[in-house]
Amino acid sequence: MNAKRIDKIATGVLYAIAAFVVIILVALLGYILVQGVPEISWHFLTSPALSFEAGGGIGIQLFNSFYLLFLALLISLPISLGAGIYLNEYAPQNTITGLIRTTIEILSSLPSVVVGLFGYLFFVVQFKLGFSILSGAFALTVFNLPILTRSIEEALANISNDQREAGYALGLSRWETVTKIVVPAALPSIITGVVLSAGRIFGEAAALIYTAGQSAPALNFHDWNPFNISSPLSPMRPAETLAVHIWKINSEGIMPDAKAVSAGASAVLIIAVLLFNFLARWLGKRLYKHLTAE
Amino acid sequence: MDKIRASLLKKSIASKIERRGKIISLTCLALIILVVFLIFYFVASRGLATFFQNHINFWQFLSGTQWNPGTTGTNGQPAVGALPMIVGSFLITILSALVATPFAIGTAVFMTEISPRRGAQILRPVTELLVGIPSVVYGFIGLQVVVPFVRNTFGGSGYGILSGTFVLFVMILPTVTSMSADALNAVPRYYREASLALGATRWQTIYKVVLRAAIPGMLTAIVFGMARAFGEALAVQMVIGNATLLPQNLVSPASTLTSILTMGIGNTVMGSLQNNALWSLAMILLLMSLVFNMVIRYIGRKGKLNNER
Repeated sequence: MNAKRIDKIATGVLYAIAAFVVIILVALLGYILVQGVPEISWHFLTSPALSFEAGGGIGIQLFNSFYLLFLALLISLPISLGAGIYLNEYAPQNTITGLIRTTIEILSSLPSVVVGLFGYLFFVVQFKLGFSILSGAFALTVFNLPILTRSIEEALANISNDQREAGYALGLSRWETVTKIVVPAALPSIITGVVLSAGRIFGEAAALIYTAGQSAPALNFHDWNPFNISSPLSPMRPAETLAVHIWKINSEGIMPDAKAVSAGASAVLIIAVLLFNFLARWLGKRLYKHLTAE
Repeated sequence: MDKIRASLLKKSIASKIERRGKIISLTCLALIILVVFLIFYFVASRGLATFFQNHINFWQFLSGTQWNPGTTGTNGQPAVGALPMIVGSFLITILSALVATPFAIGTAVFMTEISPRRGAQILRPVTELLVGIPSVVYGFIGLQVVVPFVRNTFGGSGYGILSGTFVLFVMILPTVTSMSADALNAVPRYYREASLALGATRWQTIYKVVLRAAIPGMLTAIVFGMARAFGEALAVQMVIGNATLLPQNLVSPASTLTSILTMGIGNTVMGSLQNNALWSLAMILLLMSLVFNMVIRYIGRKGKLNNER
């Protein structure tokens, strides 16, 4: 067999593999959407879940997911911004910095179930926060910190040194240069990173089962005082999220329409992740245009 | 005169702000490092209690095949043999990586070498999107599609290593594909041009030049996928059957470290042997993720050396 023949065969095989993978991936997305989208209705998205009868919704779980996401970002964004700034702007190039980077890498490679167990031990048991939104938000923060720090550090590293030198030439201190010139210039990519990490947090379940809990008590959507336990804003109530809900109804098997509910909930999750992806790209582009006046 | 002297010797407002900023950002970084140490400390302190407080022999823990903490096994010791879970975890990780690798690398080669335009327009965005799909969704599909398929084709209950492998295969496929594609893209263009100029066909160029140059990057991608498979909890837990038995075949119910952890932690009392034994499983998980991390770093360093030579 000559080389040309082999080349043709190999190309054919590669085409087949790629086609097979595309079929798997498209079938996967298609399955979720075809099974799930018909289940989605206004009633489904807003009414509370029912345990023993069919026809329940995912209203509280959906709200919990967004609330947890919001709190987790609120805590993790300032911390990772600070850490990213230090790593990129101040840290000297030496062994200690290398070790710190390794440590952050280790944190980002930890299985999310381990993060969840740590959250259970530390926040739920040690700090007596119980199964609560707060514990869940802290666990998600631990989960999110390394990824966000890394993306912010990369965003800052991509800003050219001319910008920093311009700042110093104007007599600004290093910190002022960073906060007034470098961070605003890196804002589009920072925001893209934040929204992408939001997509990951939104679908996380393993870190939440033993921190935010697996129950969703009824909420009074007219009471917005965070200190009342039935208020949606209360940080001390247990809060099952959408992803945890899918896991729970499938492993317990007492809900008669578990399949339909999880199909609908999966579709909602996927659509949310899709939206986060598009939002990240769109916001990044939009802000970049706005800032550079292109 | 003294006023001027004082103002010269005093720190300016700008330098105070500078100092404060530096301290704030360093504190943030220190906080993250602290969290990592806390994780290791807390998990290790619980996980080691099995061996130091409950006096379980470490080797018996690793090699025992009976898992039923709270009751005593045939040797009179509490039945905490973690071998079934360890075997389950490794089996499922290695099998899914074995299945995923050819598909991932084939697709990555297609994306970068054969049809870069279609790769960039269709395959790339789709794989990147799939990386972000929550693992419970994979678990749900596994439960609805894979388990019945395995049951009807291979017999048994459908729950087991095989179903777990299928689910993890689909789950790590996008990750490994997009990382392999990055590795292939990083191979300099002139490698390909040199090879083609020597009269090599496209396949010869791919096989003898591009793939070899990208080996470290692709190995990293595979190990990364394995680490993800090893640590995945819920998707696996939903399809593997969670029987703490040594897997006899690929379609009998089995269990992994993560699946037993997610099932058990909530049902045991803090400080009891049952609970401590679970934390020992978590400790193994933690150590394995360290090992994966070290392997990735080792490959990265080796790859750099090769390229510099």
